[in-house]
Amino acid sequence: MFSLASIVTMFACILLFGIFFSIVNNVNYMTKHIEQDVPIVVFFGNADTETAADDDEKEPLDQAKIDEIGSLIRKRPEVKKMEYISADDAWNEFVEQNFKDHPQAAEGFKEDNPLANSASYRVYVNKIEKQGELIAYIESLDYVREVEHSEAAVRTLSSLNRLVAYVSIGLITLLLLVSIFLISNTISTGISIRKEEIGIMKLIGATDLFVRMPFLLEGIILGIIGAALPLLTLYFAYTKAVDFVLAKFSILSDILQFMPVNTVFHSLLPIGIALGIGIGFIGSFLTTRKHLRI
Amino acid sequence: MIDMVDVCKSYGKAQPAVNRLNLHIEKGEFVFIVGSSGSGKSTLLKLLMKELDATSGSIMVNGQKLEEMKRRKVAKYRRTLGVVFQDFRLLKDRNVYENVAFAQRVIGRPTRVIRKRVPEMLTVVGLAEKYKSRPKELSGGEQQRVALARALVNQPDILLADEPTGNLDPQTALEIMQLLEEINARGTTVLVVTHNKEIVNAMKKRVVAMRRGVIISDEQEGEYHD
Ligand SMILES: Nc1ncnc2c1ncn2[C@@H]1O[C@H](COP(=O)(O)OP(=O)(O)OP(=O)(O)O)[C@@H](O)[C@H]1O
Ligand SMILES: [Mg+2]
Repeated sequence: MFSLASIVTMFACILLFGIFFSIVNNVNYMTKHIEQDVPIVVFFGNADTETAADDDEKEPLDQAKIDEIGSLIRKRPEVKKMEYISADDAWNEFVEQNFKDHPQAAEGFKEDNPLANSASYRVYVNKIEKQGELIAYIESLDYVREVEHSEAAVRTLSSLNRLVAYVSIGLITLLLLVSIFLISNTISTGISIRKEEIGIMKLIGATDLFVRMPFLLEGIILGIIGAALPLLTLYFAYTKAVDFVLAKFSILSDILQFMPVNTVFHSLLPIGIALGIGIGFIGSFLTTRKHLRI
Repeated sequence: MIDMVDVCKSYGKAQPAVNRLNLHIEKGEFVFIVGSSGSGKSTLLKLLMKELDATSGSIMVNGQKLEEMKRRKVAKYRRTLGVVFQDFRLLKDRNVYENVAFAQRVIGRPTRVIRKRVPEMLTVVGLAEKYKSRPKELSGGEQQRVALARALVNQPDILLADEPTGNLDPQTALEIMQLLEEINARGTTVLVVTHNKEIVNAMKKRVVAMRRGVIISDEQEGEYHD
């Protein structure tokens, strides 16, 4: 009776755990992808001033200085890769984006690039947490006018991730306690049924451990069942859920990079089973300790 | 072997079941404990197996003070005892063989040894054929013999038997007592609580008589009279 209830609660607990685990891991995974896709953009100051660039008439920084800055940045361990966008590249890109249908309108500027000061480095970091550090470093360099970085997407995703993590930790803790409580009830019912037998065993010289072992095993087995069922369910539901989300939000297919089910289960399976065994063991350990003092 | 000094045991507020009792038993002795119902005989045995703790006084068995014994040492201590309970205390959902084998499992005997030893023991108490029966399918006397087999299977240093022949016909009772005598001859210290006057008087052993928790007589080659 209680054993059914405890398996059901544990099922819910570990299923929820598995779901949140998958979500958190996938969001992390996607964040990583986005981190790699959104670069820091470094612009340079003018040749004769170091930072202020209000005056557009001034000459752009000479290439040697730019290369020097580039090599300094490249040395940083946070940098995953970087590329140089010359003023001409920037202009071409701009034209491409804005004057697609009227290329002749842009012709007039060809000789006098309005974006002459727009040469830049695009720097890709390997870890988003290190981004701030890197930006501070680059900003401290001579002739660096501005460092642009768009954190918005990353920040939203990681705060969403944190929210999911907190909510799930709360829920899981609650369910964990309920599971332990129910396992404990199951075991204490078993103990009270066998109270007399346990008494006899102890009187003829059975050690506490000997008496306790079957109950600990029962707890652990309940734990394993309670963990195996939801993990199995989740395993089959995962691919279905991923397919569903991808079909539903096909516009976001660039951002929505899901981890393959086997990768998720590579860590989820041992953690889930350990959780089940842990719940079963703690539940039965506490109960047997309480009841078997004969 | 057994040394009880000024031992008292009270259940709640009632008059003590055992009252300032002094008893000394040497290794290898065979002792009958007699006395009317409620005189404290079972309580005495329960104190010796540390099922109960004395309210006051000191009990020394095999060089160990029971009142000072650590919890985790109790199991090990009990393994040196063989106990026949007045109410048998067999495991109801296990058959005769399992009940006896269980005592061996508890002390970690390998199955190979158990398979040999248990049938031997059941033959000794005359229950070899009933090894598959459950306790409730047995008569009182048969259950008593299972209890005895269980107590003896581990070859204990001390046998504590609470009315081991209470439910047996005179002939079987005598056979069982002779068995206890044999075991005693092989070195086991034996304490037997009994109401069976004929056997006590026939066997010429030490007889300790109790009344209301105190020893009223203690004689070698004693007799049992009211
Ligand atoms: N668990 C208990 N709680 C309260 N009183 C008890 C308990 N066990 C025994 N007594 C009391 O202690 C006294 C001695 O009991 P005990 O069982 O030792 O007697 P006994 O000599 O074995 O009697 P019998 O020959 O009937 O078995 C009795 O008065 C009994 O009522
Ligand atoms: Mg009694």
